[in-house]
Amino acid sequence: MRLLALCAIPLVTALVVLAARTFRGRRVPVALLLVVAGAHLALVTSLWVAPPLPALGGWIAADPLGLTVLTLTSVLFLVTAIYIVGYLRQEAPRSGRVFAGGLLAFLAAASVVALAQHLAMLWVGMEATTLSVAPLVFLRRDRRSLEATWKYLVVSSVGIALALLGTFFLASAQGDLGRPLLLPDLIAHARELHPAWLRAAFLFLLVGFGTKMGLAPMHTWKPDTYGEAPSLVSGLMAGALTSCAFLGVARVSEVVAAAGLGSFAQPVLIAFGLLSLGVAATFVIGQRDMKRLLAYSSVEHMGLLVLGLGLGGVGAYGSMLHLVNNGLAKGWMFLITGNIALATGAANSGNRGLIRTLPASATLLVLGLFAVTGSPPFGMFLSEFTILRAAFDGGHPWIAATILVALAVIFVGMAALVLGIVLGEPPAPTGRNLGAVPVRESRWLVAGPVALAAIVLMLGFYIPGPLRDVLTRAAMALGGTAP
Amino acid sequence: MRNAAQIVLLLVVLSDLAILGTSRLSSCIRGLAAQGFLLGLLPVLIAPHVSVHAASLAVGTVIVKAVALPWFLTWAIREAAVRREIEPIVGFIASQLLGALAVALAFAIASRLPLPGMQQPLLVPVSLATLIIGFVVLTTRRKALVQVVGYLILENGIYLFGLTQTESVPFLIELGVLLDIFVGVFIMGIVVFHINREFDSLDSTRLTELSD
Amino acid sequence: MTPEGLLALVLLGIAAPAVPGIAVKTKSLLTGRRGPPALQLYADLAKLVRKGRVYSRTTTLIFRAGPIVALVSLIVAALFLPLDGREAPARFAGDMVAFAGLLALGRFALVLAAMDTGSSFEGLGASREVTIATFAEPTMFLCFIALVLAAGDLTLSGILGTPLAAAWPHAGASLSLVGVSLFVLLLAENSRVPVDDPATHLELTMIHEVIVLDHSGPDLALILYGSALKLTLFGVLVVSVLVPRAGFSGPAAVALLFAGLGIVAVAVGVVESVMARVRLVRVPQLLVGAAALALVATILQLR
Repeated sequence: MRLLALCAIPLVTALVVLAARTFRGRRVPVALLLVVAGAHLALVTSLWVAPPLPALGGWIAADPLGLTVLTLTSVLFLVTAIYIVGYLRQEAPRSGRVFAGGLLAFLAAASVVALAQHLAMLWVGMEATTLSVAPLVFLRRDRRSLEATWKYLVVSSVGIALALLGTFFLASAQGDLGRPLLLPDLIAHARELHPAWLRAAFLFLLVGFGTKMGLAPMHTWKPDTYGEAPSLVSGLMAGALTSCAFLGVARVSEVVAAAGLGSFAQPVLIAFGLLSLGVAATFVIGQRDMKRLLAYSSVEHMGLLVLGLGLGGVGAYGSMLHLVNNGLAKGWMFLITGNIALATGAANSGNRGLIRTLPASATLLVLGLFAVTGSPPFGMFLSEFTILRAAFDGGHPWIAATILVALAVIFVGMAALVLGIVLGEPPAPTGRNLGAVPVRESRWLVAGPVALAAIVLMLGFYIPGPLRDVLTRAAMALGGTAP
Repeated sequence: MRNAAQIVLLLVVLSDLAILGTSRLSSCIRGLAAQGFLLGLLPVLIAPHVSVHAASLAVGTVIVKAVALPWFLTWAIREAAVRREIEPIVGFIASQLLGALAVALAFAIASRLPLPGMQQPLLVPVSLATLIIGFVVLTTRRKALVQVVGYLILENGIYLFGLTQTESVPFLIELGVLLDIFVGVFIMGIVVFHINREFDSLDSTRLTELSD
Repeated sequence: MTPEGLLALVLLGIAAPAVPGIAVKTKSLLTGRRGPPALQLYADLAKLVRKGRVYSRTTTLIFRAGPIVALVSLIVAALFLPLDGREAPARFAGDMVAFAGLLALGRFALVLAAMDTGSSFEGLGASREVTIATFAEPTMFLCFIALVLAAGDLTLSGILGTPLAAAWPHAGASLSLVGVSLFVLLLAENSRVPVDDPATHLELTMIHEVIVLDHSGPDLALILYGSALKLTLFGVLVVSVLVPRAGFSGPAAVALLFAGLGIVAVAVGVVESVMARVRLVRVPQLLVGAAALALVATILQLR
């Protein structure tokens, strides 16, 4: 019942917002967003306290993997909703209906993806997340966002189509062993699945959902899309959408691990992971736009997630922990970037001396730099360290060395831009450029990122028991071992 | 029934090659509508006995793929003064040859992925061929609208493959897939409309402002 | 060479000029005119034979030999076709290559004759004709390959005769594709719409017509008869592939063949009235499309 409510409430609200006449005009129904976000998080919290039974004939259930992604999405959505209150005081989207409707539809679709046990249902939810975000990318309706939306739509649609084919391949592999495409049945009969079809399914699902994640070489849409969409949308995409896409990859990895085809799957995963790290490291150097920089950072972290899966052992736990840390940290960074963009017009290397003009945001930005690049004491350090440990345990010292080199390069690249923006003298006001005027940072705009930062900091020292338990169980389902 | 399905599948391949060879946008859309109609016939022809599931799927497919989507695409280009595709990145002749090659490749791959108890041996190769040809159209054409047509051909190929799994993919899911595709193309059509307004052409090679 | 086979060949030779006539008549009727009588070509041939010849001073023996070589090569090529659906007057393994070669020889002779005149119009037409042939020849061979794979026989009598009839039940789909491809080839090789408009009088748009611009009198009669015969031969190819006649007795099969030729002529007329001639740069695309069809037919046979 609760599971159904989690999916239905945002969906119904989205439909109401898009259809009802009271919502015409430019005003965004923020109160509605906050209420739905709060209700959603409350329901999700209740799932932790009292685990629910599977619903809809076993089609949706809250297993550890799904619960992690669902919680992450819910938290990010609530934080974004709070941020929107402050955002709307400074900027108004052209169509409030589409803005709110798209966000709510995204929440509904992400909930479906997280809870789905039927893999075709997961696909439908995944496609719905793609489509619900597209109008949000296109919000500004100028040439650049149009180009970004087009690239996003074409590449994502092809990726999703390949994922659909992979899903059908999986059904072919299953034949008539158990209920078709239901995850528990697939895992139970894993060893009897047709190996050729299963391998083909794994490849197609990895490429298809990897496109949505933004793994290299299917990442080409990411910099453009994250760069042109409003920052809060990019934050949701980088935090929640990529996690949902990772969930798709993780589900098929569960089946593959249970079927004993690990020796086939792991090299593929490691290859994609290393390629993503390499691409991210290459393009981070000399990057001038903050949002594009964060997009490449997202590519890097997706690579790490997949690497953790591929390395096996304790790497799966590292990936799960990294999923949580990355989602929260990306949300934090994108919202802060949004503050900068609101104040100065564009968050790129044209800015300087933000520490004086936007002190709170600048501080959070620098802290975020350390968080996102995996420095202690933030949570990312712990998850990246776990993945490195998995590399050494598995006898892949060269992979560990490559990861370290890539991380170092990315740190240098990101620090160059961030510190360049934050430090120095603010530029003198010249005519229309009022960037030097200290802008009042409303608490709505800062509260969310502060909360996210606090959580990420806490995860660096202490992982709460229930969370640790859920993450461990998820890692075991993925074929890994407990930390 | 079996021969009728075979003929329909062959006509699907022919429609693929026809769309590959034409330069007129309206011909592309008409070819797509014809393909959608053929695809709608297949569930009824393939099923061992006519069931409500097969019939409703057939009707739904025809409505979405043969009527709604082509009509919508025609609306999207009505404003555009464009009628023809300029020479694509891979020329028309090379495209046709690529298409024939794609059919050969599809048959070769299909022989390695056997489906036991398969009633229609042509279904898997034709689906793979349509998939590859859709991909070719998507990547080698310049006009944004023809890229959408290529995406729809890709989806048609996947739909064909899905027909091999009629038992495991319940009606609700197929409906969801069709709906998703419809909404997807709807959004793409809106974006094409805006691209035409903003850039005054549908030439996607002009979308080059963003880069690193 | 049986007496029936010879008789059938003679009948074909007599009936050949009627085929383009039927095509033109169909086209006229469909476009709302009455058009020339279907047997008009006979009258034209009779008129031309009685006229005198005019030879330009720039031409040589090649020019005078062209029409004769073209016609003779067509008649020899006709010997390889099984007109009664079973047996041709001449057959040997690989005779389809000889068939294609003889047709090419005829075309070569006419093209040489055209270039011999030294006129720029004929040179233009010659280069276009040969370009189209470059795309048409591989298509024809692809069709032959598909037929060989279906029928399992290496002679024209085999791939158009009894083994083909036996192959129809299980290879029907790919044989239909070959039939369509051969029909497109027919339109291309015989300079019909959409490849070339036989009714145009603008030399810059002609392909085949302009090659024969300088011939007169009996030479022109030979060329016109040769074109009609070539159209008939291709018609025999199309009909033999689409309508296997091996099960019928000799006379019945021949009668069926002529009926089929009539239908092919009507089909050509219909196509001519429905379509317009395509731009010259699109003609190779059209032929490659036909080749793609034949390729698909071949692939269907290979699995």
